[in-house]
Amino acid sequence: MATPLKLKELSKKPDLLTHGHRMCAGCGAPIVVKMVLMASEYPLVASNATGCLEVSTCISEYTAWKIPWIHSAFENAAATISGVETMYRAWKKKGKITEKVKFIAFGGDGGTYDIGFQSLSGAMERGHDMVYICYDNGAYMNTGIQRSSATPRGADTTTSPVGSVVLGKIQRRKDLTRIMAAHNIPYVAQASPSHWLDLMKKVRKALDVDGPAFINILSPCNRGWRSKTDDAIALSKLAVETCYWPLYEIENGVTRITFKPKEKKPLEEFLKPQGRFKHMFAPGNEHLLKQLQEDIDMEWERLNKESSTEK
Amino acid sequence: MPKPVAVTGNEAVANALRQVNPDVCAAYPITPQTDMMQRFASFVSNGQVDTEIILVESEHSAMSACIGAAAAGGRVITATSSQGLALMWEMLFIAAGDSLPIIMPVVNRALSAPLNIHGDHSDAMGARDSGWIQLWSENAQEAYDNTIQAFRIGEHPEIRLPVMINMDGFIISHSIETMEYLEDEVVKSFVGEYQDAYPLLDLKKPKSYGPLILPDLYHEYKRLQHEIMGRVKNVVLNVAEEFEKISGRKYGLFETYRLEDAEVALVILGSAAGTAKDVVDAVRDKGIKAGLLKPRLFRPFPYEEVAQALEHLKAVCVMDRADSFGGYGPVFLEVSSALYQNGKGPALINKIYGLGGRDFLPEHAEAVFNELNEIASGGSIKTIKEYIGVRQ
Repeated sequence: MATPLKLKELSKKPDLLTHGHRMCAGCGAPIVVKMVLMASEYPLVASNATGCLEVSTCISEYTAWKIPWIHSAFENAAATISGVETMYRAWKKKGKITEKVKFIAFGGDGGTYDIGFQSLSGAMERGHDMVYICYDNGAYMNTGIQRSSATPRGADTTTSPVGSVVLGKIQRRKDLTRIMAAHNIPYVAQASPSHWLDLMKKVRKALDVDGPAFINILSPCNRGWRSKTDDAIALSKLAVETCYWPLYEIENGVTRITFKPKEKKPLEEFLKPQGRFKHMFAPGNEHLLKQLQEDIDMEWERLNKESSTEK
Repeated sequence: MPKPVAVTGNEAVANALRQVNPDVCAAYPITPQTDMMQRFASFVSNGQVDTEIILVESEHSAMSACIGAAAAGGRVITATSSQGLALMWEMLFIAAGDSLPIIMPVVNRALSAPLNIHGDHSDAMGARDSGWIQLWSENAQEAYDNTIQAFRIGEHPEIRLPVMINMDGFIISHSIETMEYLEDEVVKSFVGEYQDAYPLLDLKKPKSYGPLILPDLYHEYKRLQHEIMGRVKNVVLNVAEEFEKISGRKYGLFETYRLEDAEVALVILGSAAGTAKDVVDAVRDKGIKAGLLKPRLFRPFPYEEVAQALEHLKAVCVMDRADSFGGYGPVFLEVSSALYQNGKGPALINKIYGLGGRDFLPEHAEAVFNELNEIASGGSIKTIKEYIGVRQ
């Protein structure tokens, strides 16, 4: 019997990422990871790309992980877990292991969109029974807020700094979720910790799939976003309500928006509390706001056209 | 009883891997290794092994998947060459640092640029400091025998380290030679069942692999790797002794050829040692007291033993099929270190030969022996390091 996705029931489940880890106060990533692990009804084995989550959760001789966990390098969380999963299949075939085990890879946006992109694409194409979770905070936060291909257009980062000539990141962000969907894998989704039930349902679906699945989860970073430490959930909620971060899934090729805001909020509501977008509100920079709003609108429109009617 | 067969080195090693029947193989094609993993893939397709094969999208992912699979707790193989090994470089250190006994034949090939697919030792020499055990082979038989022994060495409970089995690209990998296979059952019982002490797939005892280690413990961790390497020599010798019982073939840390009463000698790795042995015989007929030392275990390097084997000589040339630009050849550096610490030994010179598949001919070896003979007879060393076989 699956644990019902109710707070009362879920609160009885043990934390598989324990307290004592050294993530920053107010970081979205451990919240995301805890939700993911809590959603699972299967025993899990996880891999982790080098990054904030990895360096803060397993510092010798301590570990915050209550499940088997492996980190090997930055660009290969998918390849590494694909090796673990393959050994599991080899042992299953020989009867050396009988339990049904599921495999998860965790990576930040740098380790997933950029340096780990090839490894992720390869693992998805090979069809391993694994779920790749990208916790997307929109920059290389671990090394000190450098732009990644997930960084939104206009954002001020340490390698796309706002200067007198260049005003933050020039390029539009890569739409990784769609790229993963183009792998024609059974399940792809986008989720946000503000919508915990939606997130956990997606994790369950992804784990129930016999084959590869990918979930892109927004993960606020107050250091990089230049926002208040207690704003992670509020900001991820605004990201969804402004359609900056649409919640949707693509199940066996069928796209479904899983949350449609009754009223699409103006993007400014999401951007304003974040210092990384401060310059976009300066007089004369209206075009930056306009351009980002256009990016968001275009994607939301496309998604609506593509999606089947909401259940 | 084993019968002689005529096979290529790639075929011989692929068959060694078939006989071992590992749990997982992750592979990516690269010349001249490709043919080995193609053969192994056909063993998988035809049910001749139980191995699960992962056909990855790069060598970096091949080694990453091997690391995941080996940490999971089973027996794991891959194979590569040249650029593939270079692309794996980051992960080689992690495989060794995580103490994962992955077995990898390396079909040695030159490194770019310029692009060249032929045999030399630059690839493996570039991975010298990665913490892998390195065995080197002269021919298909040795590549086969080294592959089988590598499992026992790497998986030894006191070692638990990855092992590279080196064999020259094309010269060994693609040439047909006569050699003998052991019976499947003999190999199976020789390598035995692998029992990992810390399998990640042991769900009852969750483990974390690959922690961050700060300056408080990193140094000690690396010293431990150094200490473990110190145990390898004995294990290699013990495994060789056991292997001799099943094969009749004798292996050591290195091979010597007519070295005991020699005055001059070559130190030479890989297939070129075969050519050089013929030349030893030929120049002996002309009155030069020649000999040869062929390293087998290059990492860890058996410094004391090599020094003892060479100390009585008058002049030695260390032959390198790889260069460290701006430095001496990698084998020369080791032999020099060994002899310096020994306190006495022969005059030493270094020749770089055979890069990118340039033929190593008997006359090249003969010219070196003539030069050594002059040095041994009181002549001076003209150049310490020099390229030979160069077109004018």
